[in-house]
Amino acid sequence: MPDLSVHIAGMHFKNPVTTASGTFGYGDEFLDFIDLERLGGIFVKAVTGKNRDGNTYPRMAETSSGMLNSVGLQNKGVDHFCREIYPRIKNFNTHIIVNVSGSTIEEYAEVAGRINELEKIPAIELNISCPNVKLGGMAFGTVPAMAAEVTAAVRKVYKKVLMVKLSPNVTSITDLAKAAVDGGADVITLINTLLGMAIDAERRRPVLSTITGGLSGPAIKPIALRMVWQVHKAVRVPIIGLGGIMNSTDAIEFMLAGASAVQVGTANFIDPAISVKIVDGIASYMERHKIKEVSELVGALRTEL
Amino acid sequence: MELKKIVQDLRVTEVNRLNKRHVVLELLAPEKFPLILPGQFVQARVEDSPSTFLRRPFSIHSVDYKKNTLRLLIQIKGPGTRHLSELQTGDHLNLIYPLGNSFSLPFTKDVLLVGGGCGVAPLLFMAQFLSQHNIRPTILLGFRTSEEVSEIETYSAFGKVLVMTDDGTEGEKGLVVDHSVFQRERLEFKKIYCCGPDAMMKAVAKIARMHKTDCEVSLENTMACGFGVCLCCITPTDKGNERVCVEGPVFNIKRLPWR
Repeated sequence: MPDLSVHIAGMHFKNPVTTASGTFGYGDEFLDFIDLERLGGIFVKAVTGKNRDGNTYPRMAETSSGMLNSVGLQNKGVDHFCREIYPRIKNFNTHIIVNVSGSTIEEYAEVAGRINELEKIPAIELNISCPNVKLGGMAFGTVPAMAAEVTAAVRKVYKKVLMVKLSPNVTSITDLAKAAVDGGADVITLINTLLGMAIDAERRRPVLSTITGGLSGPAIKPIALRMVWQVHKAVRVPIIGLGGIMNSTDAIEFMLAGASAVQVGTANFIDPAISVKIVDGIASYMERHKIKEVSELVGALRTEL
Repeated sequence: MELKKIVQDLRVTEVNRLNKRHVVLELLAPEKFPLILPGQFVQARVEDSPSTFLRRPFSIHSVDYKKNTLRLLIQIKGPGTRHLSELQTGDHLNLIYPLGNSFSLPFTKDVLLVGGGCGVAPLLFMAQFLSQHNIRPTILLGFRTSEEVSEIETYSAFGKVLVMTDDGTEGEKGLVVDHSVFQRERLEFKKIYCCGPDAMMKAVAKIARMHKTDCEVSLENTMACGFGVCLCCITPTDKGNERVCVEGPVFNIKRLPWR
């Protein structure tokens, strides 16, 4: 049996397969479909300082090989998370990582500080890349100085593993990755959704209430792979890669490009059991290629001519 | 009540083309059905189509526990539904089911079911369910034209069927809310269950409110997952933005901000 375990910033993951924030609820929505213990980790839905209703309907448009969403960080706020949700999910036998978002640096720091007190949460993922909110979100993730500033502010109050999730809606992804690392990020996760748009020509109207939204699904995989590869060469911290992973081959491609682990996102909507199938698929790839430890795959892309 | 959800390949055992735009698929499950309630829906996977990336939600049209089959009424709207309408006997269709909440059991025997277009789908299952509780509802069905009027005998086994067509080629002419059952001073029904286009449900809800008649509607919003994690199909209710796929699709109109 090949060894699927990975070490990322001092954390031990039983395998490199995790689920992406915003596509996996709080994990318990999947209990009918899979055994959560089989996953390396779960990134739960974004938590903000206060309750957010999110954007108005319609929030979703199907596209070629993907979808656009403009949910807008709907959640009941950090108090509700700590009081109602954390007790419900804290004993899952996998890493529970909280995606932290906000409109101001103070809000990010406030939420991170609150999550820091939760014993069973070993890490947070700082969401500086949500394209669907007017204030904050992606605004922090597109200017390197701001990315460094918000990361540093959170670093001061958050004592465990700090991951920063980057936006692909930038000219130079490596500048943002370096800024996050300078600010104190232990891990870089990338990519969040790409800003996109859908139009209903018959009605001459945008499909989404917000006009623009975030594109996810296999349509964005080549961009995500390229960015993981570039960031892998530019920074020394571990990378968690995501963007259109639909099967174990996709996951392995991200690892070859330099990701130490992956997140499965939109694919969960189509097959709620896909994440564990990807774990099994990676194991059989390793057996086929006689790879003993999955970490051998990380950045193992052969580029020599 | 939270029912266990499953992902399963079901075999197509019958394809019934009702007319140019509508097909009924009968699907056989490989094992005994879980409990399924009227108003619940399935998410059907459309294989091998890049333009149809997501699953398609369909209300459950009827369930036969003895044969272990369920039926879906499919209206052809785009490439996904067209693909599903072309399935043949013996093909397999992957479903996630049963999803969502259900219509409630009425406190009265004076029940009206109102449906229009493919919104008639869950009403057959509801009529079937009501008959098991010795309730014979009145079933008002709206269609575009006589060519699309279908399955009337199937509904008739469970209640009194009234037909309405937009062009008057069968039954009364006009929209379902124009039907004579709604034109009386006192509405003879104490409970209405409704499913159809948004405008139709809003019009029925308005009549129900006017007569102070309890009314449940089944909403159809665009969905990605169907089981509560993507937060795309929300509708505003008295509790804020709720998920149509989990807190719905059935809502009592008292909870919706329809005026």
